[in-house]
Amino acid sequence: MDKAIARVSPPARGETGRLGLQWSRAAPRVVLYLLLAAGALLFLAPVYVMLVNSFKPLAEIRGASLLALPSDWTIDPWIAAWATAKIGVQATGLRPYFANSFLLVIPAVALSTLIGALNGYILTQFRFRGANLMYAALLFSVFIPFQIVLIPMAKTLGWLGLAGTVKGLIFVHTVYGLGFTTLFFRNYYAAFPVELVKSARMDGAGFFGVLRHVLLPNSAPIVIVTVIWQFTSIWNEFLFGASFSDFSSFPLTVGLNNLVNSSTGVKEYNVHFAGAFIAALPTLVVYVVSGKYFVRGLMAGSVKG
Amino acid sequence: MKAGYLPRLLFSPSVLLVLVCVYGYIMFTVYLSFTGSTLMPSLTFTGAGSYVRLAGLANWRVSLANFGIFASLYIVIALALGLALAILIDQGIRAESVFRSIFLYPMALSFIVTGTAWKWLLDPGVGLERSVQLLGWESFRFGWIKDSDLAIYCVVLAAVWQTSGFVMAMFLAGLRGVDTEQVNAARVDGAGTGQIYLRVILPQLGPIFVSAFVILAHMAIKSYDLIVAMTNGGPGRSTWLPSVFMYQYTFTRNEMAVGAASAVLMLLLTAVVVVPYLRREMRGARHG
Repeated sequence: MDKAIARVSPPARGETGRLGLQWSRAAPRVVLYLLLAAGALLFLAPVYVMLVNSFKPLAEIRGASLLALPSDWTIDPWIAAWATAKIGVQATGLRPYFANSFLLVIPAVALSTLIGALNGYILTQFRFRGANLMYAALLFSVFIPFQIVLIPMAKTLGWLGLAGTVKGLIFVHTVYGLGFTTLFFRNYYAAFPVELVKSARMDGAGFFGVLRHVLLPNSAPIVIVTVIWQFTSIWNEFLFGASFSDFSSFPLTVGLNNLVNSSTGVKEYNVHFAGAFIAALPTLVVYVVSGKYFVRGLMAGSVKG
Repeated sequence: MKAGYLPRLLFSPSVLLVLVCVYGYIMFTVYLSFTGSTLMPSLTFTGAGSYVRLAGLANWRVSLANFGIFASLYIVIALALGLALAILIDQGIRAESVFRSIFLYPMALSFIVTGTAWKWLLDPGVGLERSVQLLGWESFRFGWIKDSDLAIYCVVLAAVWQTSGFVMAMFLAGLRGVDTEQVNAARVDGAGTGQIYLRVILPQLGPIFVSAFVILAHMAIKSYDLIVAMTNGGPGRSTWLPSVFMYQYTFTRNEMAVGAASAVLMLLLTAVVVVPYLRREMRGARHG
């Protein structure tokens, strides 16, 4: 009788794990929490260091531990990183590159998400020859090292008159984002109840009717996942930005790298940290606000293939 | 429903873009690697000379050797750390989502940001070494990032920091799907916790190991931003990877054919890892 009760009642909270497994008494829960806390501190340390040192005058960074809080708080490094630091030959700070990244990321995310939704719809609701092959081709394109397309893409952009422009980068990111966005929507619509689509067709809904009135109103989760995924990857991307843009169109990652690595003379660590934080802020905000969808995107992009 | 002309018409631009900008460009780059292209692409076929040249270049051999060290350590450590974190988090702890978020947030950052942070953290003049010295341990030395034999390990450290939370999330999803019946059965048989993890739970995580391995391996091959931001390939060429080699030879040393050849080898390496995985995944998708 006791045994039966033990079997149906959940393990007491805080004593055993979800699987009901108990580690030996030599490693009690305190050790578990200590390990997790130590790990968490190590994972947070780099961002903590970036943040506290971005509020210190340069002299204080040289004279005191990187871990110490500022004793003489200043926001000058932030102002410098944002508006006055020298990047290349111009003392513009990161501001124009921040703007470039937004001008790039908004249309690129919108376009690749829209086309991905359309492709996902077509790939799941219609039968045509070569659909599986096309799916495989898209799937593999997600994994290719982009070095393999750099040279011909540079030539193509030059030929289209888009070399060194934000428009060119929008094109590149849309093209190479299609694989992911199509897969996201394909996998989502593949699990969509067939009856709903069928009955809408019976009621006379056409190609766009089904998409607009049946699929899209039920697509909020996958749209959010896709938008967050695309936003994060394009915002953080560097190789295309470094290869296909110039001083008028550099995205923020390239601007930041120039700020940190091309500066001559005194290394302004505090300005670099502030700059890095400015570059990290938009994706960090997205992560904090909608981490759940970010994780879902990661999982959809990996486990489900 | 059989596709009429409208779905085909609307699907065709994507097909065209992918066929041209992925597969067409791959073929173009493969072709370039068999030409004598230098600053500009030349379309005259000259044979496999650039592969011969590539094999003889010390810079390429250093890049490959570095890649061997980087990829194996990065993959093994990220897998081990990710699994360990997942098991720790799966113990029915309090504030689970807080811990998960903390371990995963680096994944939301750009590698340029990560590289910048770690570059100065590991810099002996301003970072860890200096900070420990200021605490009173004056003889403390930690200048790996300036040491051409050890700088590659600094890159491994930063890469592991960035991605092991992702691996953790994958394993955590796997652990949540573990068959509790089997675990209970093993426990009734008197197996200890360690035994159950080793014999019952880990074998069930096999597919996750494979997925995580493929993801990490292809990230290792693509790694470029992190190197540029953290060490810019240095000191000297001690942290060059094939990705750095490709960029250098193609865009700054005007040896486009050699750069193209290196890109082709990177693609082949990726294909060796990814294609068997995708074939299996696609077959699984078709059957289930």
